[in-house]
Amino acid sequence: MYNFDVEKPTSIADAVKALGRDEAQPMSGGQTLIPTLKARLAMPSVLVSLKGIDEMQGVCTDDDGRVCIGGGTVHAAVAREVKDQYPALAGLAARIGDPAVRNRGTIGGSVANNDPSACYPAAVLASAATVVTNKREIAADDYFLGMFATALEEGEIVTEVKFPVPEKAHYEKFIQPASRFPLVAVFVAKFSDGVRVAVTGASENGVFRWTEAEEALSSNFSADAVAGLKIDGSSMISDLHGSGDYRAHLTGIMTKRAVAAIS
Amino acid sequence: MTQVKMTVNGKAASGDVEGRTLLASFLREDLGLTGTHIGCDTSQCGACVVHVNGEAVKACTMLAIEADGADVKTIESVANADGSLNVIQQAFQDHHGLQCGFCTPGMVMSASALLKDNPKPTEAEVRHYLDGNICRCTGYHNIVKAIMAASGQDVSALAAE
Repeated sequence: MYNFDVEKPTSIADAVKALGRDEAQPMSGGQTLIPTLKARLAMPSVLVSLKGIDEMQGVCTDDDGRVCIGGGTVHAAVAREVKDQYPALAGLAARIGDPAVRNRGTIGGSVANNDPSACYPAAVLASAATVVTNKREIAADDYFLGMFATALEEGEIVTEVKFPVPEKAHYEKFIQPASRFPLVAVFVAKFSDGVRVAVTGASENGVFRWTEAEEALSSNFSADAVAGLKIDGSSMISDLHGSGDYRAHLTGIMTKRAVAAIS
Repeated sequence: MTQVKMTVNGKAASGDVEGRTLLASFLREDLGLTGTHIGCDTSQCGACVVHVNGEAVKACTMLAIEADGADVKTIESVANADGSLNVIQQAFQDHHGLQCGFCTPGMVMSASALLKDNPKPTEAEVRHYLDGNICRCTGYHNIVKAIMAASGQDVSALAAE
């Protein structure tokens, strides 16, 4: 690792101010960023730790019944605290990485990084959640812009994510056993006005909505409705863990399993 | 350099660290607590698991500065006050839960975090909890058995010596 200064602001306002320094980089749980720094893939002069900001911690419910999770909330806390309100989201959080990673890694960090194989982006997109930053609120459909790309601007941090709670939802993950990231995972969320299906781990463009499956499931919410659907593997990630066509195939299987679990 | 102060194994500890100094390096190199092992240095293997404010974390993937003011417990704090092995350590010895021993500090720290939250885990829960602790010798069977035994459960029916 190259050396850097560390700032530990205790408010969002102070964090934003610290991020105004040259070559500043925000860090939440650091479970992705610290390995990235060790590999010298990033070279910030200042790391701004967001862990000490109390106003970004914890879970609450807003007037619209949305589950609101502070950006600095660790996966282990989400797994514990939304179990009754939004079990599919709690289940997702409970299976990210491993227990020690879940005690440090945060939802804000995951959503800001938008790793193409991360778990949370699938839940955010399928739930039609709202990403709240220090500047504005961004609908999930406008937030994820491709592999590691988001609508976040320089110095903008994810302070909260607000999840509408679906009638039914399930996250089905096919784990890549070495990294514990999904090889492919699918989050299916059934709302009164339709179904949303988000796929992570598969596409070169990061998390995406599988609209054909959404249409099929919105008129017939059953595993059979998606059984015949095919998705194109040509724009999917191909690596030593699996070809694009294999990931395309898994996308169908994971979607079917997710629907079967709740229908 | 920045001064950090924390409580490590019940005692006040302090030192001057760089921004990039990892908690694992601070424990090992500044405090001489070399029981916390660095196996992979990429947060896969879990040999560096310590408890920070009661939670299991990978000390190779946390900055020392982030532990400023925290209560840190390492493998050196686990034995009984008279120096004898605690119940988890003793179970690892009784059930041959280690061979080379490199992963053992992390295994014991993860096991104690598990048993604190879930005093009578099932075999499946133990195996799931050890997702982030890699052992290249034992094949895990005896580690799982040791943790089940440390939780006071009968392990005579568990597979494989």
